[in-house]
Amino acid sequence: MFLGIDIGSSSSKVALMNDKKELVATAVVNKGTGTDGVHSALEQAFLKAGITKEDVQFSVVTGYGRVTYKDADKQITELTCHAKGVAYLIPGARTIVDIGGQDAKVIKLNEKGEMINFGMNEKCAAGTGRFLEVMARVLGCGLGDLSDLAQKSDKTVSISSVCTVFAESEVISQLATGETPANVARGAHVSVSKRVAGMCNRVGVEPTVVMTGGVALNADMVRCLSNELSSPVTAAPNCQAVGAIGASVAAYETFMARREQ
Amino acid sequence: MEETKLTSKQFLNELTAKHYDGALQAKAEGKPVAWAVSISPQELFETLDMHVVYPENHAAAIGARKEAMKFIDHAEGIGYSADICSYARINMAYTDIPHAEAQDIPLPDVVLCSANICTTVMKWWENLAKKLRVPLVFIDTPFNHTYEVPDHAVEYLRGQFESAIKQLEDFSGKRFDFDKLGEVMKLSNATCQWWKAATDLAQFTPSPLNGFDMFNYMAIMVCMRGNADGHKLFKLWYEELLAKKEAGLGPWSSAEEKYRIMWDGIACWPHLSTTFKTLKKYGINMVTSTYPESWNVRYETNDLTGMARAYTVNYANRNLDFGTDYLKKLVDQFNLDGVLYHSNRSCKLMDFRQYEVRRRVEAMTGIPTTMFDGDQTDPRSFSEAQYETRVQGLVEMMDKRKAAGR
Repeated sequence: MFLGIDIGSSSSKVALMNDKKELVATAVVNKGTGTDGVHSALEQAFLKAGITKEDVQFSVVTGYGRVTYKDADKQITELTCHAKGVAYLIPGARTIVDIGGQDAKVIKLNEKGEMINFGMNEKCAAGTGRFLEVMARVLGCGLGDLSDLAQKSDKTVSISSVCTVFAESEVISQLATGETPANVARGAHVSVSKRVAGMCNRVGVEPTVVMTGGVALNADMVRCLSNELSSPVTAAPNCQAVGAIGASVAAYETFMARREQ
Repeated sequence: MEETKLTSKQFLNELTAKHYDGALQAKAEGKPVAWAVSISPQELFETLDMHVVYPENHAAAIGARKEAMKFIDHAEGIGYSADICSYARINMAYTDIPHAEAQDIPLPDVVLCSANICTTVMKWWENLAKKLRVPLVFIDTPFNHTYEVPDHAVEYLRGQFESAIKQLEDFSGKRFDFDKLGEVMKLSNATCQWWKAATDLAQFTPSPLNGFDMFNYMAIMVCMRGNADGHKLFKLWYEELLAKKEAGLGPWSSAEEKYRIMWDGIACWPHLSTTFKTLKKYGINMVTSTYPESWNVRYETNDLTGMARAYTVNYANRNLDFGTDYLKKLVDQFNLDGVLYHSNRSCKLMDFRQYEVRRRVEAMTGIPTTMFDGDQTDPRSFSEAQYETRVQGLVEMMDKRKAAGR
């Protein structure tokens, strides 16, 4: 069995792959680096697959917490892991937009599904999942409710795409002047989309565009990004676990390549 | 007793101390001291035997010593925006808090601004002159919007050199000795030749030069290229690197050079060690940048027009087409595997075109590149984890390319 672990800033993800390169189990725990999230995710995945730690032949760790995690056989960046995960799940994809807790990245793939270029956000939360968390808190809804809320909007409220802190006070004043939460939620999605689209244009967008990371669970956000890019955007299945799935693919490939040598 | 030969590194440290001690001593003796922009016509000062201090060098030293925030906080407190160049913020603050653990420098009696490296220096130097009530010698070096440097720009610059000479004569009360200028020109060119020859040795694989050393030696290129000490240092450095190359030695004794990259932009001084060690951990040697050529200020001796041309042809003063062609040339000459772009919050001139330079160089050469956010001296703009991920991502792309035999 081949194990992929993705330790992000706000969640831990695990994927298991068998020796036929079939995905056996995934687990997502909403606790990130520096917590016991990774252990819970590992337990859940092992339980689902009906295996123990001893059955793992090779493991790869990725994500923000990869550097401090010591129990894996190899560490690879989340860039390559997302590339491998998407190439595995959606062959033919050429552009990946991954919006995670504190990172937003755009990855360009070649025809073989290999990463050939990437762009990442600045040292700033605008355009990341954290921005939407802040918006959800101000709007008094759960992160998971933002999409439904935004779909009830009848217009888009303009929100600064430059700074999360200023955007928060902007939203509070918009609500105070009578804007509906639905219109503000849509504004937040458009704000993130504009920020991410700028990054996409720098790297160069080619279809098929696939969105990964927790923010891809938000259907309204996927639609807003598609509008900004003027290109269809597909949300990856099991979007939060794509990095971990890619890590399990990397574990499988590394193990097989070493066995051949 | 046999004299132990100094290494170039020891000599570099001696010269740095000598440079600053000389300026402090001159000030104490009541002699005038100037402040000048990094790529200034130092030939004029050398001819007049004037001591010059370079605020950019000084700010970099403060950054590397991790004491930038004391000055940055002060500058922002008196009204300088966080979006202004951090060298400028540190230097303006130093005029109020004239002490740094890294190095003390005397306040200037005259300031010389040569605007061939950026436009921020114009307002920065104007502010220095106004605040410190000292004369400003201003050398306007218009940006070259055409691919080749036009002759009229060179003539315009020559005229300003002549005017600067008059201003400095009036200021110092000394007659400008053109015969001596000829000697200084000769020595300056010879020093630049050794600097270029030394940094060009990095074209060999493995490179005997660790590119981060270039950042350190560059400080002396800024302040001593027109005197015998500077000349001796760069000749010695070249000889050491040549001996390393002949012995087949790479940049480090503790690791092998696996990848060769270019670093675009100024160093990230407050995080110099982190940025260096992260690259070295993956076997990445920064073998070149745009700097070797920027300080290769070459012209014919006794040719003031040629000297004017040499001071306007540097990379920072050239248009996008020239810049991208130049980077492509470096990719070929230095056999590069990748490029690392430092998106330096301070340096608007370099950053505004960096995305386009990157896109074009990628298209022309096919080599992978990446970009990280940082600043030349403001420590707040850099994140170690983000840097590491981008560098590791670059390694993964370079590996793919090597595996495919490209």
